[in-house]
Amino acid sequence: MNGDPKLERIAKGNALALCATGTWTASFAPVLERMVADAEKLAGGPQSIFIDVSEVAKLDTFGAWLIERLRRSLTQGPVEAQIAGLSANYSSLVDEVRRVRATPVIETSTITITGMLEQIGRTVVGLAGTVAGLVDMLGAVLAAVGRVLIHPRSFRLTSTVHHMEQVCWRAVPIIVLITFLIGCIIAQQGIFHFRRFGADIFVVDMLGVLVLREIGVLLVAIMVAGRSGSAYTAELGSMKMREEIDALRTMGFDPIEVLVLPRMLALVLALPILAFLGAMAALYGGGLVAWLYGGVDPEAFLLRLRDAISIDHFIVGMVKAPVMAAVIGIVACVEGLAVQGSAESLGQHTTASVVKGIFFVIVMDGVFAIFFASIGM
Amino acid sequence: MAQETQDAIQNPIIRVRDITVQFGSTRVLDGLNLDVKRGEILGFVGPSGAGKSVLTRTIIGLVPKVAGSIEVFGVDLDSSSTSQRRNVERRWGVLFQQGALFSSLTVRQNIQFPMREYLRVSQRLMDEITMAKLAMVGLKPEVAERFPSELSGGMIKRVALARALSLDPDLVFLDEPTSGLDPIGAGDFDELVRTLQRTLGLTVFMVTHDLDSLYTACDRIAVLGNGKIIAAGSIADMQASQHPWLRQYFHGKRARAVMS
Repeated sequence: MNGDPKLERIAKGNALALCATGTWTASFAPVLERMVADAEKLAGGPQSIFIDVSEVAKLDTFGAWLIERLRRSLTQGPVEAQIAGLSANYSSLVDEVRRVRATPVIETSTITITGMLEQIGRTVVGLAGTVAGLVDMLGAVLAAVGRVLIHPRSFRLTSTVHHMEQVCWRAVPIIVLITFLIGCIIAQQGIFHFRRFGADIFVVDMLGVLVLREIGVLLVAIMVAGRSGSAYTAELGSMKMREEIDALRTMGFDPIEVLVLPRMLALVLALPILAFLGAMAALYGGGLVAWLYGGVDPEAFLLRLRDAISIDHFIVGMVKAPVMAAVIGIVACVEGLAVQGSAESLGQHTTASVVKGIFFVIVMDGVFAIFFASIGM
Repeated sequence: MAQETQDAIQNPIIRVRDITVQFGSTRVLDGLNLDVKRGEILGFVGPSGAGKSVLTRTIIGLVPKVAGSIEVFGVDLDSSSTSQRRNVERRWGVLFQQGALFSSLTVRQNIQFPMREYLRVSQRLMDEITMAKLAMVGLKPEVAERFPSELSGGMIKRVALARALSLDPDLVFLDEPTSGLDPIGAGDFDELVRTLQRTLGLTVFMVTHDLDSLYTACDRIAVLGNGKIIAAGSIADMQASQHPWLRQYFHGKRARAVMS
């Protein structure tokens, strides 16, 4: 009874019967489609056509639809194709597919020059929107800070402490490890190249200035953007997807106050701490390499360090840290709240959060460099 | 061939034996036995948190079990090869409680996803079948190009059903299919399940709380309690049962409203 599907043509007087046999199911769909396409060429003939399905062993939606498709294409002008021999079992299925309207045209987007120009235009406008969104968020956060200062009880301490643990305490090992290694590398490279001029000892100056002013805080900020900025975006984004943020709003809570402020505050407190620890680790690593590789003993290293760097260098580094933290936090929260319904959107915004976060951190660093140079620090 | 068909009718399509599932120290299913016969619609009820969804997920292999065996289409899922298992998976469709549509694909792409993987058919046929499936689950063709985030809860259920049915499976698992549908929609849905069962010889394993569905759509009802099947049989058997939970369930205010 089961077997490969067939569609035989049998002439009966002036009528043509198409006898369908075998299994008309999804597994045979490619064969069926070819047979039906062949049979469709009979359309336009003068004879009346019957599609005899009494011998079909098994029918599913695919088979039923193909029979219906055949019937439709054979029905032309006065000639109406009919389905005959339908068993009671399958008649409701065939009735079901008969109600299906022909496929609507599916729009396929084509790439045109105007389309590309439009895309570029939209992206540029979108950039302005990004900046506006960041300023908007900054304002909202400051307003929330104001509200919390007026009503200190509305401040969410538990949440802030929780985020402090996540972004600060748990980040310490990896930050210290990486800055330690960077300190080692800077010292090694410095000694390697300075040795040719007999200026080994100047590696301490370079290490001190570089680590305390720039590398320490910049490196830590970039790592925090990758580690915590992305986490913030993903958390807020998935809360947005599951309508949790809407739920908060309907209960009369301000999402900025409940979700964004504790995260921002945790980050603003965490980054200076991490930057300080990172700077210390880098100096330690550099000192270690200077001693073991460059032969600068620790006492000489510390003495030289004290001469080479002033407290200004340290202040310059530390002042930058909370500002960079705020930038990372704002970017991450804006991106998180911009997530739409799909998993893809969550991925895009998380990526954007990290990329924009790092970009703005470096831009801020440049702005600070100009500022400190002009005030002579 | 005839012999094989005969066997198929007599052998249950799902045979669950002594299944035990444990999360930590909580035993959710405890030596559970269940048979689902070919071509029937089995309604699966039980108090919230009794483990109805866990059983469904255990059968389809998403939850690991501590002990017991599961046979689907006569294939023991523990000892089967990858290709055997793939073959079984191709023949069942699953409707998850929350729909579980792929959020980055349109409705059309969601429904075509299994077809694309398992069948080699032209895009035209896939599009046409998609339209047929959408019509079957009572959705307009315009829905096809929308994303899941743009659909209402009831529409998500329907699209998820269309996706579960996209390969014309022999067996479908429906996890609370009518929850979140309006009563008319739920009634249509029951009717649809009945139609599909009649026309395609579909076997339906339906976790439900909808008394209407139990009365109108289900051939047989199984009740889960304390990690075991406490009763299985027709709606009349359920009503005759003296089990306290069953008495409350089938003779409560809501049940009487449905009956009248």
